[in-house]
This record gives sequence, structure tokens and C-alpha cells, in this order.
Amino acid sequence: MAPSTSPIILAEGLSKTYRVAAKDPGLAGTLRHFVQRRYNDVAAVRDVSFQIQPGEMVGFLGPNGAGKTTTLKMLTGLIHPSAGKALVAGYTPHRRQANFLRRITLVMGQKQQLLWDLPALDSLRVNAAVYGIDDAESHRRIHALAEMLDMGNELKRPLRKLSLGQRMKAELLAALLHRPEVLFLDEPTLGLDVNAQARVRSFLADYNQRFGATVLLTSHYMADITALCPRVLLIHEGRLFHDGSLEALTQRLAPCREVRLELAEPWPLDSLRAYGEVESCEGMVVRLLIRRDALTAAVSQLLADLPVRDLEVRDPPIEELIGRLFVQGTLS
Amino acid sequence: MGNPLGRYLLTLRRLWGTALAMQLEYQANLLLEVVAAIANLIGSLLLLSLFYGGGRALGGWSWPQALVVLGVYTLLEGITSTWLRPNLSTIVGHVQQGTLDFVLLKPIDSQFWLSTTRLSLMGLPEIATGLGLMIWAAAKAGIRTTPWLLCQTLLMLLASGLLLYSLWFLVATTSIWFVKTWNAIEVLRAALSAGRYPISAYPAAVRTLFTMVLPVAFLTTVPAEAMLGRLTLPWLLLSLMVACLGLALSRAFWQFALRFYTSASS
Repeated sequence: MAPSTSPIILAEGLSKTYRVAAKDPGLAGTLRHFVQRRYNDVAAVRDVSFQIQPGEMVGFLGPNGAGKTTTLKMLTGLIHPSAGKALVAGYTPHRRQANFLRRITLVMGQKQQLLWDLPALDSLRVNAAVYGIDDAESHRRIHALAEMLDMGNELKRPLRKLSLGQRMKAELLAALLHRPEVLFLDEPTLGLDVNAQARVRSFLADYNQRFGATVLLTSHYMADITALCPRVLLIHEGRLFHDGSLEALTQRLAPCREVRLELAEPWPLDSLRAYGEVESCEGMVVRLLIRRDALTAAVSQLLADLPVRDLEVRDPPIEELIGRLFVQGTLS
Repeated sequence: MGNPLGRYLLTLRRLWGTALAMQLEYQANLLLEVVAAIANLIGSLLLLSLFYGGGRALGGWSWPQALVVLGVYTLLEGITSTWLRPNLSTIVGHVQQGTLDFVLLKPIDSQFWLSTTRLSLMGLPEIATGLGLMIWAAAKAGIRTTPWLLCQTLLMLLASGLLLYSLWFLVATTSIWFVKTWNAIEVLRAALSAGRYPISAYPAAVRTLFTMVLPVAFLTTVPAEAMLGRLTLPWLLLSLMVACLGLALSRAFWQFALRFYTSASS
């Protein structure tokens, strides 16, 4: 794939090593730690490289502690990389130049920037001043974003009186007031109920469409990723394992698909084995695992040979696949 | 985008607007704070009148002259409650909660932001009393305030305010490494309370310490000297220099600390 434009996010051999205090448990360990501190080096991100084109929405997957947040922090300039290079919107993030900061935003699901005791509008007015947006323009933008987010009077109520979902929407509004080109979203739907999640999701898709913004999104909820991100980056133990479409990831993680058959009459197990690996056979319901490349042929064969009442082909759920990968800790 | 100065001034105005709104959000709390501040003040005035009663002199300073020093000290205490403590305690909070990230991602100077976001009304009674005490005691000491004298005093008060800010900011900055630095700030406050009395009231060794190491002399004695019309030009210049040095140091130290900041990772 030859990119028509230059990438808006570029990571080249990005690495980060932390020094972490090593403390034994218990009182003795605490005292020893107080007198003589020992440290271990922990590699949080190792040699990660990828490119993201303007306007792309990319999902960033990985278990807790895989290095997602560290990578986001390097790309936003909050942390200096230990090695490698990052380039976002043409800037080196960790220099945190004002013109760079105006082009990006970071939303963290578990942290808030809005003032707890005041209506979001007050915080928004401060942000407008910080970014040098005049009153008329900031009114226009707040109105437009509030409409996209389906928000009304909530912006005038003290933040502490809002629900978690309403607060998250207000946070998004605050993070997007300066109309950034690059959005780094770290668990933006964390803790939200299903409806609120869906609302945030459709807003992000809408925002991406309308402003052509580039989005790099981490989420624990696979539904966020499947709904928004045609492309995913999968990171595990600090290393990049996959960069490509979600389907390709599924194929890589699960070379087989599951075929569920409902038969009109019981069938001998041995002859079923000819079509694929038999996962289960309970009465007249059979579940087979069949390699993707042999799937079409196997299915037509099954339909021709057996008294099939119902046939269903499906992928094992992606959560399960990724979960399995992280338990095994390997990827072929 | 407008000019940067205008942007900073507008930001400041809105920050203070929200800071006041935040205090007014809890009426009862605000009322209690003001009552507490006034009661606190009456207590310390009573105590000092006992100390200084009987027309004693302290280190060559008459009772009214020494009261000018106390006035400056009270004013600085008020500034601390109104401006320094609310802001600099938020630095500690930001580091603990990891929300410093949001500050660092704004296209605005982080030191400016962290030093101006909060404003408390609690110190206002002390500021008023401090100023009143300075004016009243200077008159009692037989000083006729001329515009020149007033300019000098204001300049020295500015220098001492900036110096005090720098000391607070330096200590608050260490929270980047130690996270909890509230005790260090209490130690600083206790040490600075020596500024209640004229510097010459202390033994020579302590005097040197309070001038060279912990610049207590520049905080209260020098502005009081200016008010009393006794400040010499070298001291005036020295005081300005110390204030600028303090500011530069706080700035350099903050930049240095930021390089170490890696934020509480999730």
C-alpha cells in the first residue's frame, strides 16, 4: 500500500525503559527499602514502529501493562522515549511546542481535566482562553459539539451532579474544543453503560468523518474497536505483534472457523472427522473447527453428504482469541 | 490567535473568575473560613501586644517600628493563604492523581498555570490587616509617607512576594520526586515565621543564616526598612537581585523536574 500523503503519526523503534523501585513485602522489606533503594529496569515499550495516515482510526489493543499508555504518552510528549523516534503532525512530541499541542488532544477515561465543583462551561471558557479561541467562535464550537454529543443543559450544571456518561461527554467536548487533528483516546468509554458507550462511539465516528481527524484509540471494550477501527495495532509485553485489519488479526489468531451443524439424525463421530476437527458432538448438534482455506469446500461437502437441518459458520469471539493469546503469551 | 500576552491575561482573568466561583459554590465553608481567619488574626495581635507591651525595644527597633515588620509579615501570611497555598498544594494533587498530564498538554506555560489557577478569599482579612498595621505603625513611628517612599515600599513588597513565591514553588516542585511534600512546606513556613521580628533582633550567626541561606531578611525586614525610609540603595538593589534570582531558580528547577516526570502510569 503506497501512502498518498505523509504519515501524521510516525513511530520508529520507539522504546521506553522505566526504573522501578524493587521493594520486598513486609515491614523488613519496607525498612530495607527506606534505607537502601534498589531499582530494576523494566522495558515498557520495545522497538515499536508504525505509521498512521491522516484521517485513519486505529485501535490500540493489548492487556493491562502491555505498554499502550506508555506509547500514548510518548506520542503526546508526556514521556521522553528511551530510544527511537516519534513524529506527530510533523513535530517531535517531547519538545511540547505550542503549535504541536494545539494539534493534538489526549482523553483519559480514568482522569478528568474539568473542574469538579463547577459547570463544564466554566472550564470550557478557560480552555478557550488558553487556546486563543474568541468568544463567538468558542460558542459556535461548543454548540456544535454539544449537538453532536447530544448534550443540553448538562454543561450548565456542576460537574459533580452529572452522571459518569455525561461527564465523559463533557470531557470529550473540552478535549476537542481546539479542534485537534490528532486524537489520542485512552479508554474513553471506561465504566460507561452500554448506551453511553454507543453514544461516545457514534460521536467519535461522526467527528472523524466531519473533521478528518486521526484517532488512536485504546479500549478494553472490543465493541469500540470493531465499530470504529478498520485497523488495529496489537501490543504485548511492549512489542508490536500485529498491525493490520481486525479480520487479519482474527485470521492470525484463529486460523480455523467454527461450523455448527444441526443434523436430522445422529451421525457417527468417525465419519465427521473427515471434514475437520470435532470440537463437540452432543446428540444431533455438532461443532467442527475447519481451516479457513478449506472452509468453502468443506461446507458444500457437508451439505451434500449429511442430513443438515441448520448450519452456522462463525468466528470465535475476538475477546476470547486475544485473551487466549495473552494467557499463552505467544503468537506464531 | 491574538497576542500571547493578551491570551495569558484573559486566561488569568477567567481562571480567577472560576476560582472565586468555586469558593462561592460552598457558602457555609467560605463563611467559616473568613471567621476563622479573623479569629486567628485577633489572637496573634493579642499575643504580640503582650510581647511588646511596656515600650521595650527589639534589636534597635522601637515598638512601632517593629510593628511595621509585623505588618509586612501579616501581609505575606495573607498572600500565602490567598495565593500560594491553594495553588501549590494543587501541584501535589496533580502529581498524585496523574492529572499533571492535562496541564502539560496545554499550550500555555505550565509554571504559570500551576501558579495561578487557584485563589482563596481566606487570606484577604490578613492582607487588609497587614497593610493597615504597616500604615498605622509607620505613622506612629513618626514617618511621613512620600510618594517616593511609597514606591520604594511597594517595589520591595513586590520583591519579597516574588521571593516568597519562589521558595514555595521550589519546595512544591520536589513533589515530582517525593509525591508527598506537605511536611517540607510546613517546615518552610515555620522557618519563615522568624520574619515576624526585625532581623537585627537575632544573634549575629542567626542573622547571617537568615540573610544568606534562608532569605528571611529580604522578606520582611527590608520592606519594613523601606517603609521607614531607612533603606539604602545597595540593599534595595540587592533585594531586587535576590528576588530575580529566586524566580530564575524556581523556573530552572521546575524545568529540571519536568524532565524527570513520568507520571503515575495506569
